[in-house]
Amino acid sequence: MEYVIEMLNIRKEFNGFVANDNITLQVKKGEIHALLGENGAGKSTLMNVLFGLYQPEQGEIRVKEKPVKISNPNIANDLGIGMVHQHFMLVDVFTVTENIILGKEITSAGRIDLKKAEREVREISERYGLAVDPKAKISDISVGMQQRVEILKTLYRGAEILIFDEPTAVLTPQEIKELIQIMKTLIKEGKSIILITHKLKEIMEVADRCTVIRKGQGIGTVNVSETNQNELASLMVGRQVVFKTEKIPSNPKEEVLKIENLVVKDSRGITAVNGLDLTVRAGEIVGIAGVDGNGQSEFIEAITGLRKSEHGSVKVRGKELLGLNPRKINESGVGHIPQDRHKHGLVLNYPIGENMVLQTYYKKPLSKNGILNFKEIYNKARKLISEFDVRTPSEFTLARALSGGNQQKAIIGREVDRNPDLLIAAQPTRGLDVGAIEFIHKRLIEQRDNGKAVLLVSFELDEIMNVSDRIAVIFEGRIVAVVDPKDTTEQELGLLMAGSSRKEAGESTHV
Amino acid sequence: MSKRLRNILVPIIAILLGIIVGTIIMVASGYDAVAAYTALWNGAFGNIYYTGEVVRQVTPYILAGLAVAFAFRVGLFNIGVEGQFMVGWLASVWVGLAFHLPKFIHLPLAILASIIAGALWAFIPGLLKARFRIHEVIVTIMMNYVALYVTNYIIQHVITNNADRTPSIPDSASLRSPWLASITDFSRLHWGIVLAIICCFIMWFLLEKTTRGFELRAVGFNQHAAHYAGMSVNKNIILSMVISGAFAGLAGAMEGLGTFGYVATKAAFTGVGFNGIAVALLGANTALGVFFAALLFGALEVGALNMPLAAGVPNELVDIIIALIVFFVASSYLIRWFIERISKKGVK
Repeated sequence: MEYVIEMLNIRKEFNGFVANDNITLQVKKGEIHALLGENGAGKSTLMNVLFGLYQPEQGEIRVKEKPVKISNPNIANDLGIGMVHQHFMLVDVFTVTENIILGKEITSAGRIDLKKAEREVREISERYGLAVDPKAKISDISVGMQQRVEILKTLYRGAEILIFDEPTAVLTPQEIKELIQIMKTLIKEGKSIILITHKLKEIMEVADRCTVIRKGQGIGTVNVSETNQNELASLMVGRQVVFKTEKIPSNPKEEVLKIENLVVKDSRGITAVNGLDLTVRAGEIVGIAGVDGNGQSEFIEAITGLRKSEHGSVKVRGKELLGLNPRKINESGVGHIPQDRHKHGLVLNYPIGENMVLQTYYKKPLSKNGILNFKEIYNKARKLISEFDVRTPSEFTLARALSGGNQQKAIIGREVDRNPDLLIAAQPTRGLDVGAIEFIHKRLIEQRDNGKAVLLVSFELDEIMNVSDRIAVIFEGRIVAVVDPKDTTEQELGLLMAGSSRKEAGESTHV
Repeated sequence: MSKRLRNILVPIIAILLGIIVGTIIMVASGYDAVAAYTALWNGAFGNIYYTGEVVRQVTPYILAGLAVAFAFRVGLFNIGVEGQFMVGWLASVWVGLAFHLPKFIHLPLAILASIIAGALWAFIPGLLKARFRIHEVIVTIMMNYVALYVTNYIIQHVITNNADRTPSIPDSASLRSPWLASITDFSRLHWGIVLAIICCFIMWFLLEKTTRGFELRAVGFNQHAAHYAGMSVNKNIILSMVISGAFAGLAGAMEGLGTFGYVATKAAFTGVGFNGIAVALLGANTALGVFFAALLFGALEVGALNMPLAAGVPNELVDIIIALIVFFVASSYLIRWFIERISKKGVK
């Protein structure tokens, strides 16, 4: 049995905190090896050890059965290890080729030989079926394409072992399919892949074997063909995980949110929301299904006051929201879990405790006569932190230092605590592990059961199907269909999301 | 290593490095480094007159440093402190000359004039930034030149008839006090230092303890989140520039009502506003930090005057040594990086 990479009994500590404890990872040549673990389980630390960014306190790394010491990323590169980062490291204004050769420029007489470089890039691109245009500018190509450029970059540097760090987090379903195809091609061409992820579905689909780590400990390695999603999930979390969220049937009451003929332009001035109508009633969760870029972000930003609308009407309990600023909308009973928690949801350099009062700091008893009452603020923060199981060393820890799941729990705690009539959740589980997803879904349903209206926007069909009481499909800025999750299928939704009418969609799935 | 300890250690190392390199240069060019530094120290703290002068010099530096730091905490780079300082100086002297009032009205009025002038001068770039997203650095640089030439014009053609300086302000508008002068052997020390210390406290209290400060800092860290949370980003941007300019204008009154008692036309910038940038950086944009950083700058500036006299070090070399200390202080990022590397190695 030939291993290309062996990490044996790796231990890595940070100031007394054990991030990796006795983890063993063995990757065979020509396999896709998944590395599975919750957020903060130590996946990234382990990969950074392999990539030479951290030095392990204990353990041994072998590449092709030879013990090696990887003290910096250049050595990792020389050993044929390449990393496709989750956040791309590309220069926007450079072309694909310029990005790829960056740091490894081919020169003749001091000048970059761009022609030759382009030829080489094209060659590699064709060999692995990447279909990348070497002359395109990074800012002009899609996110999926940019990721391929990252892959090309590692291949250009002669990588034999590619590490993919959460590669599907930023991709559309179609792009995910293509990426999986590319990974399979890479394997055929003799490369080996380490896939860092917490998406079980993808592991089942592409990986050959899977190593699970939990809280810094190596749990074990399983053959994917001999396991299933449930087993992987419980290995990862350490307990049984319920995928199908339990919920009682909804009992919708009066209308809370009523949107009529909403028109919103995006930042480039192009109409993104184009005459959207939607109603959400008290005691129900309405899920907005759609492919990214069909106006979801602009739609949410418009009703929460972050973006101007052209015309239309958005009423919450009969009160018109359009034209109001975000503070007035907050005070009108709207809670908003924003899509981008780092951009909108949190002030990362504020303690997590102060983030808990981001919209309410000016109210009594949190402040009086313009003076903040930190005792009250932190009392409230402590209460929410324990109630919503936000794992943080203390309420004074900067929000920046928390893991994504805990940041999200903090935001949800804050929004739910304001007790809004309408809770808007935009991609609330993006990038989170199954444990956190389960928790968040439960909380959303709890809100519904308490008679609140919940509007859920998600690109994950599973989530939409699972949590919603009604599903509204958005396509090109309009709600094109409203369906009951009980009598639809993922396939039908997929077609509706692609712009087919309900009738066509029905015919092609049911016939 | 704790963050607090590092924040104290970094400037100290910077100062030591400046002294060491300064020593090397002096020794290499044949001067007595020990004598030079002794002269520097004595020039700042050797007798009560010098100390009075140091405190006098520190006063506008504190306020200019606060001005830069305040805007910086809200994410704005106010390069225009120099200009706001000049208009504040002019306004204080103008009010000082224009009225004849009892001191308890005249002095506060003149001080208020400097604050309003500085605030208005900073309001313009704040408004342009908030309304049209015009970068405050460019606007404030240009406003510095406008301030320089407009104040010169007003001094020559409005307040006086073609003179290069205004008459001195009457006693009723002056910050000077015979008592302060007498206890410091007739230095130009004035009451302004009390105002500067109060301003340090105001900045700390406003930013750290009030809801307004909560908003201002939130805007400084993350405008999008502040907007999402219902704070008015534009209002806070303008407000931060206005408060910053108010500090800068008050710094001008320190010169106009305290040190000089008049305002003269200038061929070039005074440098107080620009030193304020260095003071704010060295003080890590906190009120307490700014206070200590201003103390250092003031002491260096005043103490250096003694170096040519007492140690025979030429003026140019004194400037180089001062610049070196400032250089190492400003490049504290390098030192920070170095400490981090060393402490990392330590753990391993």
